[in-house]
Amino acid sequence: MDRIPILKLGGVLIVTIQVDMHDRLAMALEEDLTAKIAATGARGVLIEISALEIVDSFIGRMLDNIAAISRVLDAETVVVGMRPAVAITLVELGLELTGIKTALNVERGMAMIRDRLAEDDDLGSARARYED
Amino acid sequence: MPVTKTEVLPIRSSDDVVRVRQAVRTCAVGIGLGLVDQTKIVTAASELARNTLDYGGGGEVRIDVLQEGARKGVRLSFEDHGPGIADIAKALTDHYTTGGGLGLGLGGAKRLSNEFHIASTPGVGTRVTIARWK
Amino acid sequence: MAVDGTAVLTQTVAAEEANILAAWFSLLKAGGALHTGRIREAELDTQARTVLEQLRVSLAAAGTEVRADAYAPLRDTLAEVSRSRAIQGFTPTDTANFVFSLKEPIFAALNRAGGKDPAAVAKGTWAASHLLDALGLHTMEVFLASREEVIGRQGQEIAELSTPVVRLWDGILALPLIGTLDSARTGVVMENLLQAIVDEEAEIAIIDITGVPTVDTLVAQHLLKAIAAARLMGADCIVSGIRPQIAQTMVHLGVELNVVSKATLADAFALALKRTGRTVVRKQPSISSTAS
Repeated sequence: MDRIPILKLGGVLIVTIQVDMHDRLAMALEEDLTAKIAATGARGVLIEISALEIVDSFIGRMLDNIAAISRVLDAETVVVGMRPAVAITLVELGLELTGIKTALNVERGMAMIRDRLAEDDDLGSARARYED
Repeated sequence: MPVTKTEVLPIRSSDDVVRVRQAVRTCAVGIGLGLVDQTKIVTAASELARNTLDYGGGGEVRIDVLQEGARKGVRLSFEDHGPGIADIAKALTDHYTTGGGLGLGLGGAKRLSNEFHIASTPGVGTRVTIARWK
Repeated sequence: MAVDGTAVLTQTVAAEEANILAAWFSLLKAGGALHTGRIREAELDTQARTVLEQLRVSLAAAGTEVRADAYAPLRDTLAEVSRSRAIQGFTPTDTANFVFSLKEPIFAALNRAGGKDPAAVAKGTWAASHLLDALGLHTMEVFLASREEVIGRQGQEIAELSTPVVRLWDGILALPLIGTLDSARTGVVMENLLQAIVDEEAEIAIIDITGVPTVDTLVAQHLLKAIAAARLMGADCIVSGIRPQIAQTMVHLGVELNVVSKATLADAFALALKRTGRTVVRKQPSISSTAS
C-alpha cells in the first residue's frame, strides 16, 4: 500500500497530502508521523493540504489527532494551504479545528514554527538563567 | 421530480467511499454547480457514505441527476440494512456519536445540503437522502 | 374507467381537430387576446395550431400522462408561450386561460361525437378536463420558475455589490459590511474574503460592521463563521465599527464575539500594523536652509 511520504527539513517534518485519501492511508499517516516525530526529535510538523479538495470530519479528526499527538511529543503542528471552498465547507460542517494552527502557505507556516520554537527556547533559557 | 440520470454505487469498503466522492464530484460539475457548492455536496456525501459503512454495515448510494423546469439538481440516497437509528433527533445534534467519531455526520450533512430527509427503523435499516440544487 | 375516457378523447381530438381549432381561435379572439395589440393574429393562430396538433399527437402516444416523454414537445411549446406572453406583458392568468379556453371547444366536440353514449361523453369530458388543468398549471409553473430565477440572480448581484474587499496595506485587508448579514450573504462574504486572503496573502482581515444595523445572535453566528473560515486560511480577524448601542445589545443578548474588536477602523488598522511588525513614524520637520 502506498504511504504518504514525510520529508525532514532541519527540525521540521513536512507532509504534503496530494491524494484523495482513503481511511487506511490516513491512519497510516498518523502512525508514521508519530513514529517519525519520536525518532527524529522533530520540533515542528507542517501539513500541506493545498491539493485537498475535500476535508470531511474523518480527515478533520485525523488532523486534530496529529496536532494533539505532536504537542504531547513537544512538537508544533501547522496546517497550511487550505482551499477557500474547503474552509467554507468545514465551517458550515461545524468543524472549526480550533486545536490546530493554520497558515496560508508553506513559507508562512515555517516562519510560524520557527517563531514559536524561538519563543519556547527563549522562555526555556530565561527560566534556566533564573534558576541558576 | 424528473430524473435524467441515475447511478447506483456500492458502499462496502473505504475505497468505495473514495469512489462515491469522485462520482458525486463528477455529477456536481456536470450540472454546473459552483466550486463551493460542489465541495459542500461532495463533503456531505463523504460523511454519509462513511456513516453507511461504519454504522450501517455497508450499503449503497443512488445518485440521481434531477431536472425541474430549468433547474438542475443532484439527489443522493444512502441506504443500509444496518441496526438503524433509534433516536433520530438526538443523532442530528452535533457531537452526538455512538462510535468514536466527532459525531458531526448527520447534522453536518444536513447543513451542507438544500434538502435533507432521513428514515430509519431500528433493526431494519436507514435511508438518508440529500439534494443540492443549482 | 379512465382508459375509456382517454380513448374517447383521443379519437375525438383526432377526428375533429379542425373544428376544435376554429372554435378555440374564435374564443381566444372574443376573449380579447388581440384587443390589446400585444399579440398579432398570425402569431396567435400559429400558437393555437401548434398546441392543438401537438396535443393530438401526445394524446395518441401517451394518453393523459402529461409528464410522459411524449408530451415533452407540447410542454416545451407551452413553456415558450408562457415566456413570450410574460415578456409581452400578459399576466400568468392570461396564459393559463389560453389553455383553459380549449375546454369548451373540446367538450362541444365530445358531445357531438359521443351523441348516443352519455357515459362515454362524461368520461371523455373528465379526461379532457383533467388533462387541460394539468397543462394550464404547467404554464403557471414555468412563469413562476422564471420569476424566481430573476429574483435569485438579482439577490446574488446585490450581495456581490455590497461586499467589497479592500487592501489597506501589505497583508492587511478590510471588509466593510453594509446592510444586514443573512446566511446567503454570509456565503458571498466568506467567498470574497477568503479569495482575497489568498490573492493578497493577507495575514489580517479587518471586518468593519459600522454599516450593519443590528447584531443579534443570528448575525453574530454568521460573523463568527466568516471569522472561523478566515482563521482556517491562516488569517486573523479584527472586528471594528461596533457602535455603543450594538455593544450593549450584544452583552444583553449574551452574544460573544471571541475575537479582538475595536471601536473604529482606524484603531483596528493601527493594531493590524503593529501585529504585522510595522510602526508609523512621523517624519522630522526638515531644517529650512533659510532659517537663521
